Amino acid sequence: MQFTIGNARMLDGQIVDVVINGEVISEIGNGLKVGEVIDVKKNLLIPALVDLHTHLREPGREDSETVATGSAAAVKGGYTAISAMANTFPVADTAGVVEQVYRLGQEAGLCDVFPIGAVTQGLKGEALAELGAMANSKAKVRIFSDDGKCVSDPMLMRRALEYVKIFNGIIAQHAQDPALTVGSQMNEGIVSARLGLTGWPAVAEEAIIARDILLAEHVGSRLHICHLTTAGGVDLVRFAKSRGISVTAEVTPHHLLLTDELVQNYDPIFKVNPPLRTEKDVIALRKGLADGTIDIVGTDHAPHPTEDKDCEWQSAAFGMVGLETALSVVVKAMIESKLMSWSDLVDRMSITPAKIAGYSKHGNQIVKGSQANLTIIDTDKTWIVDRNRLSSKSKNTPFDGMKLPSQVIHTFLNGKQVLNDGLIVNGGSN
Amino acid sequence: MKKHLLSINDLTAADALEILNTARELAKISDGPVKKLPTLRGRTVVNLFFEDSTRTRISFESAAKRLSADVINFSAKGSSVSKGESLKDTAQTLQAMGADAVVIRHGASGAAQRLADSGWISASVINAGDGTHEHPTQALLDAYTIRSRFPEFRESFDGLKVGIVGDILHSRVARSNVLLLTKLGAHVTLIAPPTLIPVGVTDWKVDVSYNLDSIINSVDVLMVLRVQSERMADSFFPSEREYSRGYGLDLARLNSLKENAIVMHPGPMNRGLEISAESADSHKSVVLAQVSNGVLVRMAVLYQLLGGAALAGEVSV
Repeated sequence: MQFTIGNARMLDGQIVDVVINGEVISEIGNGLKVGEVIDVKKNLLIPALVDLHTHLREPGREDSETVATGSAAAVKGGYTAISAMANTFPVADTAGVVEQVYRLGQEAGLCDVFPIGAVTQGLKGEALAELGAMANSKAKVRIFSDDGKCVSDPMLMRRALEYVKIFNGIIAQHAQDPALTVGSQMNEGIVSARLGLTGWPAVAEEAIIARDILLAEHVGSRLHICHLTTAGGVDLVRFAKSRGISVTAEVTPHHLLLTDELVQNYDPIFKVNPPLRTEKDVIALRKGLADGTIDIVGTDHAPHPTEDKDCEWQSAAFGMVGLETALSVVVKAMIESKLMSWSDLVDRMSITPAKIAGYSKHGNQIVKGSQANLTIIDTDKTWIVDRNRLSSKSKNTPFDGMKLPSQVIHTFLNGKQVLNDGLIVNGGSN
Repeated sequence: MKKHLLSINDLTAADALEILNTARELAKISDGPVKKLPTLRGRTVVNLFFEDSTRTRISFESAAKRLSADVINFSAKGSSVSKGESLKDTAQTLQAMGADAVVIRHGASGAAQRLADSGWISASVINAGDGTHEHPTQALLDAYTIRSRFPEFRESFDGLKVGIVGDILHSRVARSNVLLLTKLGAHVTLIAPPTLIPVGVTDWKVDVSYNLDSIINSVDVLMVLRVQSERMADSFFPSEREYSRGYGLDLARLNSLKENAIVMHPGPMNRGLEISAESADSHKSVVLAQVSNGVLVRMAVLYQLLGGAALAGEVSV
């Protein structure tokens, strides 16, 4: 089947028509009208976004999100590839579970769902999971993470880093020293002192980052640091890159915009792991993302049902949903502040994450022959986040009621439209 | 005054003084033959206690009863709360029963504020201690006690020197007192080993000292906080004896206090740990006055929040 995306604005400002044939871009030019023409009215055409950090909750917590509802949220946010974290019930620590998640993604048919495998059995941090079996499964797992928990045992972390070299895998570390964060509730600092909430010191994150950078250097392996949140962490990654160590780092949209001052009313909607930090940290993260020290934006989309947030702070779950707001939040934090261009944003949210993970059909430049995983964005539009209009099954967004710039209009997965004018296209299956 | 009392930050200095003045008026009545006032007749005050605290509960209960309110005591133990009922459901149950004020004690910091902000109930919320956050009525009763002992500081605490010694990090009493006493003009010094001082203390309008002996002879008020022995297990200090040697108020330190200085403690005391028996029972100790003043101050808070009729009119009855 062939069709044409007409009147698309490229990153360099050129207005073009893009012809899609099957799953790939067959022609780019002017005056093209092959098959049905979808006039996108000079809105911005970019490679669809790629997320390396998504919690989909299936299997086990289908009350908060399923692979299908999470896929819909992704597509509405302009993503065509998401990476399902392993902390499900049961844990994704066997070939069976990762294949199940992969298959559920294919069945939902809205975006590619790439499972992340657990590093340790049951996320317990005691013994390696069968990493090879997951790598060789139909899900072809390449990223391994105990996210939600830190692989804190240094010897186990060393072994994991070494072992995944067999299949060019990568260990994505949730950097949080458990002994320094017993009972921790929020960033340790001025606000935690005032609120009487147990502090979560920056050093608990930075100590693990420093250790793992040195381990990665020693064994010559690839390390990915999930959700960086501190100014000190940015400095450590910058140092590692200057030494040529193979480390990549990620920041979430919420850590680019929100600070621990928001905790002041004890509303658990702002409770997240790692915690919101200070303004100084936010500024350092923005600079780090702009100069490339931080390679990518990962959403850490973490759905939780209402009852897990409708309670006192201490009892509430950690986490925020983010797939549907990620692009707009990054535009607000990075483009409106003139720290980054749209090209930079596409690099941090699509091209580089796809490269790190090896998702070869995603995050490609828009040229003839590329896989048609594309997103169209109205960069002039602003919108107000309404938690009740999210496609995610959970509504725990910290941005409810906030006015945000730029809106995703259309999304195409492998040459097929899955989002049309902000609405999920029904019956979208691969 | 606002609808709720969740934090000392809800009060201006003038609000706080008004509560203290009201408490003083109430004291005059309490000294008379009929202790009970009809002010809150027909109103319901619920004591919602998720943590055991007999003394605070009894204090609020007598305060409410002396104002003729109906009192319901709801303690977490043996109730539906211990069966996993959420704060929200408990609160809505109390709302359905027609509570006018909810006095809440909870182990989680911010629980009182959640109760007030969440729209679960329409009653006034009084924070009777939330986790390691605040305990505003304790600070008010401490300020009342200081005022009654130091007539020269009746209108302002300008020039008053207060030392607070103990587990500042985990103390809701310390947080509320720092806010209130500095708001009223006092100069506050926190004294503790560095492990028991919050990292973010730099933002507080206080001095910090690690050495009790260096400042003990300069304070007018020494407030001694309870130290829980489980802190030792978490290595906040090496042993009870070492803590006691460095920060306990023993007889020698009691004797180095100024002649007219007072010793306060929010209770319950660990005699022999943070305070010796001699110090606790000395004439400088105002611990029992704190307890009786607690009832008066809590009466004043209930009176102001639930908007009783003009006090002058009541007094003449």
